[in-house]
Amino acid sequence: MTTIQSIAGQDEQHPDVALVARVRAGDDSAYDTLVRKYERQIFRIAQHITQNREDAEDVMQDAFLKAYEKLEQFQGNSKFYTWLVRIAVNESLMRLRKRRTGKMVSIDEDLETEEGTVPRDLADWAPDPEQNYTQSELGKILEKTIKGLPPGFKVVFELRDVQGLSTEDTAEALGLSVPAVKSRLLRARLQLRERLSRYFRKKSGSRETGPRVVRAES
Amino acid sequence: MTCTEFIALLDDVIDDSIAAETRAEVEKHMHKCEHCEVVFNTTRKTIEIYRSHELYELPNDLRDRLHAAIMARCKKGC
Repeated sequence: MTTIQSIAGQDEQHPDVALVARVRAGDDSAYDTLVRKYERQIFRIAQHITQNREDAEDVMQDAFLKAYEKLEQFQGNSKFYTWLVRIAVNESLMRLRKRRTGKMVSIDEDLETEEGTVPRDLADWAPDPEQNYTQSELGKILEKTIKGLPPGFKVVFELRDVQGLSTEDTAEALGLSVPAVKSRLLRARLQLRERLSRYFRKKSGSRETGPRVVRAES
Repeated sequence: MTCTEFIALLDDVIDDSIAAETRAEVEKHMHKCEHCEVVFNTTRKTIEIYRSHELYELPNDLRDRLHAAIMARCKKGC
């Protein structure tokens, strides 16, 4: 069953291919569909890199406009979304460079920091630690935690772990090698874990109290 | 297996892209190394929390406004 499905899957066209073909044939409503499909994700990527809401709004608009203009150049051998992400990342980096005049900002710089490759905080977390915070408190913690990571780490984490892209697609979207994506992902995951430990670790003395700790691990 | 070797394999274990024999070794290591077990569980939890809590949400009104602006400019030939 699985084999039959995967063989059939190889011939199945990604739905974006037909939409792109319709846009090329002059059907703007197909582009409307593509924009709706990806605007949230593109906005998040831009926000991760620029760390500025207005810039992220501008980047999102500019990325979609640029993609529309350049659609003729889009090669069908890459996915529309990975191509779009690449445009958005470049636009975001350009904004960032403008704001930090003179300072080089790049997604592919080889960061020499060893931070996060060796876990230091080895305390266990409380069970379901996020439930000790309201949604808005949790949102602030997660934002603050990811903000301090280098842009290349944040975007790799966002694409791989939040949006669920494959390592290969992430590499293509960011113009990085597969090993570079893997190395950034590991460091991003470990650094986020380390930083979240400050909020989520078991409080001393609370081990035997509270109803949540009684619940068995499934 | 050492803790350093364990960390090098951490992503593959989390993403379940690892051969059965290696997974068995990893599990054996975690069984006797509490620190690595904590790192594994809390890293997995980190991903789970970020995945289920969407950051930088685009409010619907702003989304509609940006969407309309994009489409209007596309129709004018950008």
